[in-house]
Amino acid sequence: MHKRSVPIAEGRPAVTDASPPSPPLDPALCRTLRAAAALVVPASAEFGVPGADDETIAADIERTLGRDRADVIRALHSLDAAAGGPLAEQPADRREAAGRWLRENEPALATTWANLVVACYYRDDRVMRSLGLEPRPPYPLGFEVEPGDWSLLEPVRSRGPLWRAVR
Amino acid sequence: MAATSANDSDWVDVLIVGAGAAGAAVAWSLAETRMRILCLEQGGWMRPDEYPSTRRDWEQLAAREYSPNPNIRRRPEDYPIDDADSPISVVNFNGVGGSTVLYAAHFPRLHPSDFRTRTLDGVGEDWPIDYQTLEPWFALNDRMTGVAGLAGDPAYPAHEPPLPPVPMGSVGETMAKAFNQLGWHWWPSETAIATRDHEGRAACVNLGPCLSGCAQGAKGSSDVTYWPAALRAGVRLRTSCRVREVLVDDEDRATGVVYFDKQGAERVQHAHVVILACNGVGTARLLLHSKSARFPEGLANRSGLVGRNLMLHPWGMVRGVFEGDPDERFTPHLQAHLGPGSCAIWSQQFYETEAGRGFVRGYNLQVTRSHGPASTARYLLGHGALPWGDGHHRELRRHFGNMIGIGVCCEDLPEECNRVTLDPVLADSHGIPAPKITYRLGDNSRRMLEHGVQRAVQALQAAGARNWRVEAPLRQTGWHLLGTARMGRDPQGSVVNEWGRCHDVRNLFIVDGSVFVTSGGVNPTSTIQALALYVADEMKKRLADLFD
Repeated sequence: MHKRSVPIAEGRPAVTDASPPSPPLDPALCRTLRAAAALVVPASAEFGVPGADDETIAADIERTLGRDRADVIRALHSLDAAAGGPLAEQPADRREAAGRWLRENEPALATTWANLVVACYYRDDRVMRSLGLEPRPPYPLGFEVEPGDWSLLEPVRSRGPLWRAVR
Repeated sequence: MAATSANDSDWVDVLIVGAGAAGAAVAWSLAETRMRILCLEQGGWMRPDEYPSTRRDWEQLAAREYSPNPNIRRRPEDYPIDDADSPISVVNFNGVGGSTVLYAAHFPRLHPSDFRTRTLDGVGEDWPIDYQTLEPWFALNDRMTGVAGLAGDPAYPAHEPPLPPVPMGSVGETMAKAFNQLGWHWWPSETAIATRDHEGRAACVNLGPCLSGCAQGAKGSSDVTYWPAALRAGVRLRTSCRVREVLVDDEDRATGVVYFDKQGAERVQHAHVVILACNGVGTARLLLHSKSARFPEGLANRSGLVGRNLMLHPWGMVRGVFEGDPDERFTPHLQAHLGPGSCAIWSQQFYETEAGRGFVRGYNLQVTRSHGPASTARYLLGHGALPWGDGHHRELRRHFGNMIGIGVCCEDLPEECNRVTLDPVLADSHGIPAPKITYRLGDNSRRMLEHGVQRAVQALQAAGARNWRVEAPLRQTGWHLLGTARMGRDPQGSVVNEWGRCHDVRNLFIVDGSVFVTSGGVNPTSTIQALALYVADEMKKRLADLFD
């Protein structure tokens, strides 16, 4: 018998308790993590969405480090170093310059970091709603998809067989 | 090497190695003989309630723990694959159901011409069997699997899929109109998806991420199609058992296998008949590793062809972006992210050989839907097309739900230089050498892929796309593992005979994609399972003189 998925209450981190959370980072690195998340996805007034440095989303990122943990810590330390001090304490232009430095000099780390950020960002309830999505996993409800107009096949039928006969 | 075993004396009549698409089908078919049948599978049973689509982090899981690439997925039952010498990575799944657990469920058959490429086009080799031989087994397999489609596809001899087609949605309809405008063939994809309740399986509800397992159970993976029926009929299936080698006696007869059980203990299982169903990489690996004084180059390899002629189907992917009305520009107006991910419609306009194209044989175009938002973002980041910071939201919204993909699945011709060998360094968790893939695209494949990509762009343009991105060959697409123990009548030019029995070992059979002589230009699971059913039927008909 299949177990039904448990609906996720609004405001809770999107992952379920099936994911063992990563151990927390130290507070200084946590601050860097939030600042670095905003480098990838900042808040947008135009679309009415938080940035990836939002408290809930950043907590989700921290919980989700998993097998990327070592690489992410390296990326965060690199950002601090490139910014000339703790990233979160730097002015915007230095933070952005540090982000550029990471992308240009540590592209693999930058990709790992950005992939993790967007994975967590785009499962946030508010962000999903802003995209016209219901904040839920695909199962069990699934989605409606129009069958389509099969009469479009008439020209194909009228052209006759296409396969190559073999004696 | 000596192996310890608590059950050395327990012989079975038939031992199947591998519980994937082919192993499941052959097990089910042979069950009616009432022989003692045992299957050993290195993975375990999957739990549909744990598939990514049941969870909010489904996109992250699909890219990692449920990745089709075992080198990324890294489950305990996976073995590493050295693919550094190939532009295409091998992807698979190890568990009951095998790679069907993660496959797209695209379920086309090979065509009649695919079995006669030497005669028709002067390339490859003719198969010792033909489409007509497999036709009843295609039909049986369609019923067992629950194949959705629409009768009357002019790209094929007449046949009738048992279930109605998957919905086209706006993606399929958009491309159908474009194909009509170009005067090209198209048809709803034949798909191993239960579009209505079928044999105890619930109908598809369009979860979307078929490629990371179907929580609904609508996708026809063989853990939910053949295996329940095979087990009810008395077949035994032992999971978490990784086979190390096939044993052979002094008369060139297989006597069983050595395997590691769930606790890691080395054991022996004796059998009167051994059937390999480990896919075109796993079977070659196992044969090459089963060396003995009588088979110093690997079991059943006196032809020297085990592991050679690897075919992977070079794959191109073109994704077009469809801008909405200015007022709707930043919405998923096309809803292209909804529906069974990789299956909508196909075009086989360029499947058969036509003079003047610069290549022989052909390819099929598969219209695919797009991704969820996180996967869209990952895709764009991977292409340097999603900025960090300002501009991120606009660019993501421009693409999300508004991309249509066309996959170009090219026929791959057999070449001996494309092969599976044993890696001298890399090994799995039991110390068994990993497979090493040495593969390059042949000239014919290269020209075909280029042609296919151009046609895919043309179709997307006709549909209204103004921007597109091309990946060719697409790296993570080595699903179709074919040709490494090819079928044929000549023992010098093939590994198994025309009904799957090894020329060199008369009680050893192979039923997976290894036995393909040529690859065709379509997804092979339908043909792999039809072949497995056909081989099982031949075995049943020949029980009295199976080893003569």
